[in-house]
Amino acid sequence: MVRDPATILIVLVLPLILLFLFGYAVSLDASRTRVAVVLEDSSEPALSLALAYQNSRYFEVTMARTVEPVRDLMVDGKARGIIVIPQGFGRQIQTGRAAIQIITDGSQPNTANFVAAYSNGVLTNWTALRQLEAPVAGAPMSPLQIAPRYWYNPALKSRFFLVPGSIAIVMAMIGTLLTALVVAREWERGTMESLMATPMRMTEFIASKVVPYFLLGLGSMVLCSLTAVFLFGVPFRGSVIALIAMSAAYLMPALGMGLFISAATKNQFVASQIALLSSFLPSFLLSGFLFEISSMPKPIQIITYLVPARYLIPSLQTVFLAGDFWGLFWPNIAIMLGFGFGFFLLSFRMTKRSLD
Amino acid sequence: MTARQPLPVASAEGLVKRFGAGPAALDQVSIAIRPWQMTGLVGPDGAGKTTLIRILAGLMTADAGTLDILGGAPIDALEDIGYMPQRFGLYEDLSVLENLTLYAELRALPKAEHDATFDRLLTFTDLKRFQSRPAGKLSGGMKQKLGLACALVRTPKLLLLDEPGVGVDPISRRELWSMVSDLTEEGIGVLWSTAYLDEAENCDIVYLLNDGKLLFEGPPEALTDGIEGRVIKVTDFDDNRRHVLTRALDRSDVIDGTLQGRAVRLLVKEGCAPPDRTVLNEGEQTRVSQASARFEDGFIDILGGGPTGTSQLAQNYREIPVSDAPAISANGLTKKFGDFTAAEDMNFTVGRGQIFGLLGPNGAGKSTCFKMLCGLLTPTSGTGAVAGKDIRRAAAHARSSLGYMAQKFSLYGDLSVAQNLAFFAGVYNLGGAAAKAAIGQMTELFNLGDRLNVNAGTLPLGFKQRLALACAVMHQPPVLFLDEPTSGVDPVARREFWTHINGLVEKGVTVLVTTHFMDEAEYCDSVTLIYRARQIASGSPDDLKAEAARITGAGDPTMEDAFIALIERSEQSNAPGLAA
Amino acid sequence: MERLRAIILKEIWALLRDPKGRIILFAPPLLQLMIFSFATTLDVNNARIGILDQSGGAQAQELVQRIAASSNFGEIQRLSSHDGLARAIDRQEIIAAVVFEPGFDRALAAGKPATLGIILDGRRSNAAQIVAGYISNIASDAAAQRSGGSGPVSGIVTNWYNPSLDYIWFTLPSLIAIVSAVAGLSVTAQSVARERELGTFDQLMVSPLRMHEILIGKMIPPWLVGMLNGTIFLAVATLFFHVPFTGSLLLFYLSLAVYMFALIGVGMFVSAASTTQQQAFLGSFLAMVPLILLSGYASPIENMPDWLQMVTLINPARYFVVIVQGLFLKAMPLDLVLEQLWPLCLIAIATLSISAWLFRARME
Repeated sequence: MVRDPATILIVLVLPLILLFLFGYAVSLDASRTRVAVVLEDSSEPALSLALAYQNSRYFEVTMARTVEPVRDLMVDGKARGIIVIPQGFGRQIQTGRAAIQIITDGSQPNTANFVAAYSNGVLTNWTALRQLEAPVAGAPMSPLQIAPRYWYNPALKSRFFLVPGSIAIVMAMIGTLLTALVVAREWERGTMESLMATPMRMTEFIASKVVPYFLLGLGSMVLCSLTAVFLFGVPFRGSVIALIAMSAAYLMPALGMGLFISAATKNQFVASQIALLSSFLPSFLLSGFLFEISSMPKPIQIITYLVPARYLIPSLQTVFLAGDFWGLFWPNIAIMLGFGFGFFLLSFRMTKRSLD
Repeated sequence: MTARQPLPVASAEGLVKRFGAGPAALDQVSIAIRPWQMTGLVGPDGAGKTTLIRILAGLMTADAGTLDILGGAPIDALEDIGYMPQRFGLYEDLSVLENLTLYAELRALPKAEHDATFDRLLTFTDLKRFQSRPAGKLSGGMKQKLGLACALVRTPKLLLLDEPGVGVDPISRRELWSMVSDLTEEGIGVLWSTAYLDEAENCDIVYLLNDGKLLFEGPPEALTDGIEGRVIKVTDFDDNRRHVLTRALDRSDVIDGTLQGRAVRLLVKEGCAPPDRTVLNEGEQTRVSQASARFEDGFIDILGGGPTGTSQLAQNYREIPVSDAPAISANGLTKKFGDFTAAEDMNFTVGRGQIFGLLGPNGAGKSTCFKMLCGLLTPTSGTGAVAGKDIRRAAAHARSSLGYMAQKFSLYGDLSVAQNLAFFAGVYNLGGAAAKAAIGQMTELFNLGDRLNVNAGTLPLGFKQRLALACAVMHQPPVLFLDEPTSGVDPVARREFWTHINGLVEKGVTVLVTTHFMDEAEYCDSVTLIYRARQIASGSPDDLKAEAARITGAGDPTMEDAFIALIERSEQSNAPGLAA
Repeated sequence: MERLRAIILKEIWALLRDPKGRIILFAPPLLQLMIFSFATTLDVNNARIGILDQSGGAQAQELVQRIAASSNFGEIQRLSSHDGLARAIDRQEIIAAVVFEPGFDRALAAGKPATLGIILDGRRSNAAQIVAGYISNIASDAAAQRSGGSGPVSGIVTNWYNPSLDYIWFTLPSLIAIVSAVAGLSVTAQSVARERELGTFDQLMVSPLRMHEILIGKMIPPWLVGMLNGTIFLAVATLFFHVPFTGSLLLFYLSLAVYMFALIGVGMFVSAASTTQQQAFLGSFLAMVPLILLSGYASPIENMPDWLQMVTLINPARYFVVIVQGLFLKAMPLDLVLEQLWPLCLIAIATLSISAWLFRARME
């Protein structure tokens, strides 16, 4: 088992690659978005505002005098937004009726939203500061202040929720993909036939296939968690017991599905294709890992209820970032165990001691 | 308990098993396996042997029929059944000892007995030296022995062996046979399934399966006795032996015939008098003598005889022009993989219109040699030529003048018969009208018309073989390379195949063939025996048999005896210290 | 020519007749179309939020009604205490809660600054930030209306290329890059490995087919599959989802062709390196994950650390994603397309030559 390159790949190489990619590559935090500031006005307020943008930690600013030269930057994605401080800005601001233009690259809506929000943020701050220094007559200070507080992840690092989430995907891979592969190989190579001709009982047989991969799955979960905490600095606020309990519960449907796929296909290649389509992709896309389930159309939302990872990912994010909330964990664990029971039942029926 | 007719350890009556639509895989089959006996289950691939064994082992349920294994259902007797599936059921990544331990635990052998049992089995199978080697790294013969050992960790009452001899050289097959015979002496009932009909002759009781039906049951002599007197051997004729065989097979009173060295062996139709010298009209010196009947003769007789002697394929084939250069030549061909020498200093030439056989145990180097000549491997040193074209410098030219039939008839299983034909026509540069004509001809000659749109993968084995041959000869090459061209097919299909080859050879086609069937080596004009990467003997089949007779002192050895004798001699001369 | 025709035809037949081949060919693109276009949105709609109104005043009421009227939010949960709020967030019943302090209305009525609190679930920081944006927009709109005007300086947001920030306008073009990559890569990766496993590869090698004929024969069908997939998605995106295509169709196909060759080189490399279909599958999977995640589709490249941005330079998808997004939405002119196209050409040449080299080297 350990000598098999496919196993090493799935147990060690793929999880690490995934973890690293989610730790480093996939970042939804628009921390260094490149924007262009077009300064058409050269009055003192205009310069001061441009400076505010340059000093913002959210933007990497390219300065320009007109919009034309930065248009191309937008087309090939080298800038995600243009902030135009128009001619006469300095004059207008005296009258309390100034406006700047914020142009975003709509081809990437998520980034566009951030650019708009952060640009407005910079603007608001700048206005507030100037009013403190020299209140402008006739311009009432906005009486409504909005104070958002982000619990559990005040620094808003997407890595903090992506890395724990990817642990679920790694376990899906080991539980389903690897199990399906290895057991299908036994069918292919005929060792399954020999096993069935021994007096071994069906339950023993299933257990002998499940226990090693269960342990392997837990092992890789521990490895990934350690990497998450010590390499990526993800906080761990819950208890180890809770982490293990939910992982163990999740491995049940994952393993059951792997067994079921291998028993149904008895062919490594088909098994791996089906495992990919029915386990890896859904846990990736339909589990709330990257994409909000509530934003999906209703029919797809219904499908997500059948994806076991959907029940693990919120619990995982909670146990890392928030702490032990058993009120959230219990129902999820129960549902996962239920799925696991169902899949095992199915594989039992498929693996009847028979080659028919 | 008497040794003669003890109660069976396993018996079945009227078993029927169907897979989907189509003919039944097993049709009303009854069988009884008795202790102290070797029961043979014989038949070509696809006859239903594996299905029957799986039903007996409790891995499948029959659609109809009754089953009694050790007085009950198989599921209640699992502890007493030893089962070795076709691919031996070994974990390739585990070592020999780990495999044994695994099966001992699965069969709940008490821990205390482990060491003694393993010691006994490893001694018995002579695997002691290799106990820490991974099973995947063992040779075919050793895997087989290990598979047997795993089936024996708890001495069973019933031992089911599914084609234990498949893909293994004659020496290993004989060793395994004698091991299993020892087991029957202990009172185990053994079922030995095989596609090699000569193995049947040594069984106590034989069940002959074909297309799911039981054609014969009883002691093997019962079958051969029935045709005693109808098998004749013709020698000392004037003409070329292939011509003689062709003419004999075209006779109405001869239903089957094979070549045996310089002799032609014929099976006479029931009720006809064996033809004598004058009737055969093959020259004054011709001698006709009685030969002992073989199990295969009996099988062919039940099936109603083999094909006639003239090959339609050969008749439509072009005449290969005579040339001075040998059709195939190997001069010091050597192939090394790192420090491992797979083939060393291969030398031979094959003239136009000759059949040349490469024989040898698995892994001895015969496929390496074969692959170098057909351009699949580049030789480390030495040169070779096919149809006068150097295999290194003019590889593509050499390749276009050969037809190739791969092991297991590797065709594109998901492509239809017609698509396979079209592809190979195109690959060999037959375009438009030429391709159409060639495909039409092959379809007709090999009777593929009904199956043109069927996926090649779903064809019965005999048809796969025909299609593979059709794809190999469509461009009428002067040289044919055949890699195990008849493994697994029934004897009638084998006869048909050799009829075509014999006919093609008469047109000047040169054939290079590897085979496991020693009786097929008899069709070759000359053979070379490869062992441990070297040629240890070369010559005509009769030369080799004569040499073997000199070594062993026994008269009239079969090709298989010769094979074994020559390898043993090579072992001895290489022996202690010098072994490769 | 006859030989080349024969092998190309054979490869196409093999693709269409092999049931496993068909799985690779049709299932992933269809699934991706389904799932990606509808499910993979980073937009936030129907978000569930809670309201803890401790002020009970009319101003707070009005704001709550505005929030409830927004299509971005689903059902609004009324909370009665801070404990209840904490519980709802902890259990992820809501992603955010709006808190009106007891003095909220009084402060507003007195013209004094009032604070609107928003508690957000940082475990889903991306969605949470978007929700925060929505709420503060609603709140400032309300404030602006009440005070009869906006602040001294307002930022007027214009979204170029995709004025309503429709997420699908982003997803579908990028999907062409992803789907044709997945299909092209896995089909190519299987091609040699499958023949090796079935034993037909020897048959090919023994035939008079030249090495380059086999290579070309094995590359053309996946290339066609990629082009076909690209065309289908182009059609679906423009006709069915009405995503505007503003650039040149010629440039689109030119870039797609080069892109496919770059990927087929990768696929052929995987295929030549593997002996079984299993290995080929895992190999292409291994190549696919970074290819997609480092393409700029999953998340913007500029968010990655510098060293990783360097790594993305060898990712063909990186360039093609820019090109398709440009050609669809931004009417990308020739010179800017070429700027992305030449590195893509270099990558294609590199992957094709490396795979041809490996293919030859692995002949034995």
